[in-house]
Amino acid sequence: MPDPRFKVLTSASTSGPGDAGRTGSWRVERPVIDMSSCIPAKTGKHACHLCWLLCPDNVVSKEIEPAIDLEYCKGCGICAQECPVQAISMVPDADFLEGADSE
Amino acid sequence: MKTTARTTVLNLTEEEFIHPGNRACSGCGLSILYRVGVKALGRDCIFVVPPSCLTVMQGLYPIAATQMPVLNGTFASTAAIATGVKAAMRRLGRETQVVAWAGDGGTSDIGIQALSGALERGEDIIYICYDNEAYMNTGVQRSGTTPQGSLTTTTPFSGKSEVGKDLPAIIAAHNPAYLATCSASYPLDFHDKLLKAKQIKGLKYLHVQTPCPPGWGIEEHMTVALGRAAVETGLFDLYEIENGRMQLTGPSQQLLAKPTLRPVREYLELQTRFKALGDAQADALQAQVDRRWAGYRDRFR
Repeated sequence: MPDPRFKVLTSASTSGPGDAGRTGSWRVERPVIDMSSCIPAKTGKHACHLCWLLCPDNVVSKEIEPAIDLEYCKGCGICAQECPVQAISMVPDADFLEGADSE
Repeated sequence: MKTTARTTVLNLTEEEFIHPGNRACSGCGLSILYRVGVKALGRDCIFVVPPSCLTVMQGLYPIAATQMPVLNGTFASTAAIATGVKAAMRRLGRETQVVAWAGDGGTSDIGIQALSGALERGEDIIYICYDNEAYMNTGVQRSGTTPQGSLTTTTPFSGKSEVGKDLPAIIAAHNPAYLATCSASYPLDFHDKLLKAKQIKGLKYLHVQTPCPPGWGIEEHMTVALGRAAVETGLFDLYEIENGRMQLTGPSQQLLAKPTLRPVREYLELQTRFKALGDAQADALQAQVDRRWAGYRDRFR
């Protein structure tokens, strides 16, 4: 039993996303996947998934049609660079501003 | 001899142990490593981390980007803390893996005496050094492993004049249970080497070259391409040493079959940190790589 005269303080972080906030705001260009040339999406089978493997920020899903979590995607562009069929292009985020600001 | 099945992108677990939205820079090589490496370690492990980019990545109170317990220690005592944590786990009868994960400054400069002691005692821990070739977390100051000719914020305008330490060779001289070099551009190779290290008793040391976009002066999307260039030009070799026997592994082993490697300049020209490097220095580096690889071809082919 701890000494009742002292207050026991514990500080432990809780595990969760967004330690640095919504890191999607760091982004200048966002990755856009062209599903007609993406190998898993085109063939309907799990294949390369390099965008998932090499994403530093764990925002690309390992699905037949890979989805990118734009709330946290920092826009580094490794996925676009490493895609074996260049199915991912980096599009300026400003092009999407109108839709994002309408709320 | 080699019977271990390789992990592929298809059978690599989808379970994630780190969260998005952490403090790592965009395009961080360490993030790729950490994300994929932790999948090999599994949940039953404790990290010991000195001040480094990894400390930053793991988050500040109250949110942590990792799901594993992390003990933040001081620079000089990483391996000593890991020793203590392992001893506590042994006393409690737990099989928990203790993983010390430090940067190149924390390993080659400040933490080397504690690591050397742990190696000599043969502690049953995994020590991972991610080598981004300078003190990146504090703003790109030169470290012991910074290569010759590289620009940092604390080197002359002509670049670092001294030759970088060959840290894996220093560790190899201690005869560790297992030693491997890896690259952030080949995360599956790193994953498999960690799986192997988990099965071995004694100190397992993994040295990982980790491209750093702000520190090396590369574009964020080039992280993986650059690490691959370092391996394919023969500048950074992937090998493992087990029971005193060295062999090239994975991508580096495949290079043995090729008559020539990519020229070193292809790697150097991608980075602004080598812009002070003269032609003579680049040629000398190329000659050095050629000599080393001629030796490898004689030995392993």
